Amino acid sequence: MRPEPPRRIADYLPLAFPAIMLTVFFVMPFGIMVMVSFFRRQQGGFYTPDFVLESYARFLSTFFGGVLSFSLGLAACVALICVIVGFPFTYELARAKRWVQVCWLVALLSVLSLSEVIIGFAWSTLLSRTAGISNLLVWLGMMDKPVALTPNFGAVLTGMVYQAFPYTVLVLYPAMARLDPTLMEAARTLGSHPLKAFLTVVVPALRNTILATFIMVFVFALGSYLLPQLLGRPQHWTLSVLITDQAVYQSNMPFAAAMAVFLVLVTLSLVGLALLVGRKDAAT
Amino acid sequence: MSGLVLEGISKRFNNVAAVDHVDLSVPNGTFVCMLGPSGCGKTTLLRTIAGLEEPTSGRILIDGKEITKLPAHQRDFGMVFQSLALFPHLNVGENVAYPLRIRGAGKADQVKRAEELLALVDLGGFAGRPVSKLSGGQRQRVAIARALALSPKLFLLDEPLSALDAKLREAMQVELRKLQQRLGITTIVVTHDQREAMTMADLVVVMGNGRIQQAASPVEIYRKPVNSFVADFIGSTNLLPVRQAGDGQGVSAPGGTIPGVALGAGRDQATLSVRPEDVHLVPADQAPLTGRISFIRDLGASIETFVDAGGTQIVAVTSPRERAAFQVGDTVGLRLDPEACRVLAS
Repeated sequence: MRPEPPRRIADYLPLAFPAIMLTVFFVMPFGIMVMVSFFRRQQGGFYTPDFVLESYARFLSTFFGGVLSFSLGLAACVALICVIVGFPFTYELARAKRWVQVCWLVALLSVLSLSEVIIGFAWSTLLSRTAGISNLLVWLGMMDKPVALTPNFGAVLTGMVYQAFPYTVLVLYPAMARLDPTLMEAARTLGSHPLKAFLTVVVPALRNTILATFIMVFVFALGSYLLPQLLGRPQHWTLSVLITDQAVYQSNMPFAAAMAVFLVLVTLSLVGLALLVGRKDAAT
Repeated sequence: MSGLVLEGISKRFNNVAAVDHVDLSVPNGTFVCMLGPSGCGKTTLLRTIAGLEEPTSGRILIDGKEITKLPAHQRDFGMVFQSLALFPHLNVGENVAYPLRIRGAGKADQVKRAEELLALVDLGGFAGRPVSKLSGGQRQRVAIARALALSPKLFLLDEPLSALDAKLREAMQVELRKLQQRLGITTIVVTHDQREAMTMADLVVVMGNGRIQQAASPVEIYRKPVNSFVADFIGSTNLLPVRQAGDGQGVSAPGGTIPGVALGAGRDQATLSVRPEDVHLVPADQAPLTGRISFIRDLGASIETFVDAGGTQIVAVTSPRERAAFQVGDTVGLRLDPEACRVLAS
């Protein structure tokens, strides 16, 4: 049944509660943050109401540009790996037997229940020289002596992919389960090798789902701040680490707020751009 | 021999036989309808022929060459699925040209061939449209055109018309039959609609419980069903339990005797099948088989009279012109045409 469009103001009443919640807990804090980003910083950790662009001017440094582009690049890498691995995985999962699906989904959900701290320390142990998986490889005779696989970029990437992978599968799963299985069979009867059929039918038929998943994982990874510190070197720290550093340790609230506003704007514009591309794609 | 041959095909799922020792040979150019109730194994058999299911045992041969283990994408069969399975991300022309694109045909060839195929199914000029903008019948035609794109050796259709409304379905049946005759292509259609099978097929294969119950021409299936399953499934029929009459003159049925029918040597009792249109209503004293009219259904074009003959219900269909002046509750005589009576193994 198609619901009628709202006509009177009273018809919008059910929206009042979520609207109030969003205003109080999202719009207002964000507004305060935007205000603070224009305030003048006092030495000693305080700030006074003002309208100065001092905090935004600091973006022009190469250091800031480097951290921003590293954060975006890292998030893009994580999203790309998650989608490339997660897409075929979810396709097979959606076609597997019921109990296989349940086992996998329980395993993935238990990863979701782990906090970022536990994931970080678990991986730093796993990748360490003294107790890590390289010892296992030595024992199997595949390596000469154990090596430290952390801290480096690979370790950061591994940890973040591990953390984001369950989300990827959960977002892809409904669309995969709904996909008509006869599409693949039709492609096969039309002379397409199963692998080619997957690439020419399943992937393009779900391209909007893939795009949406990529954006979600990208945004999720962009906010990560604990794993880069636990598994990476200072050059692998993201903008979120920088924001925390400024806000908590340097007591520079206006600069931290400015960076946070900037990060939100960059994320929003990238999401908007991706949606625009997706819509243009679907229209043709 | 040339054509499709199935030898002892069985398919089991978790030890339940969906298809049970099916033997069938289909000469080239034949239009076959596999007919049966849902769950009788007809779709599984079609998918086995297409290569989408591997048979548990048995062999499939085409033109004398065994293809049992050949994967689906190397078989060169066109298949139309019940869901049609049109690719949602491609437009009409791209859908039809998909098999050509997969084989690496040039862009110009793809466009040309797609236009030809679309013209074949009366959809000339639709190549640029998105699939979502088509009606049910048009989608049907696109699926048919796509399956025919590579001039397949075998054209397989799984309940292709079940999603269409009754009127369009009848038109498409005739059209599909004409198309098949024009192309001379061996075609196998799975259906549960016996009218569809009667309209289109050279050979009707009636399936039940995973087995072929009877494979014959539509008229033969209708006139000479081999068992009560076929008789009951194809059209409506009266099934009467009969036993040999004492004097050898015909058989005795509940409600009287039927003269002129013999059960054959060595048989004492059997089931008699007679079509409702072969049952004639006469005054009670003019036939040795009588019953009481329990219900009359006047459908306008025909009249169905339900007669209770000794506890067995017999239906007679008559045209309005020969409508006799019988009422519900009257006792009537039933005259059965001996040539139209069919003795079935009980």
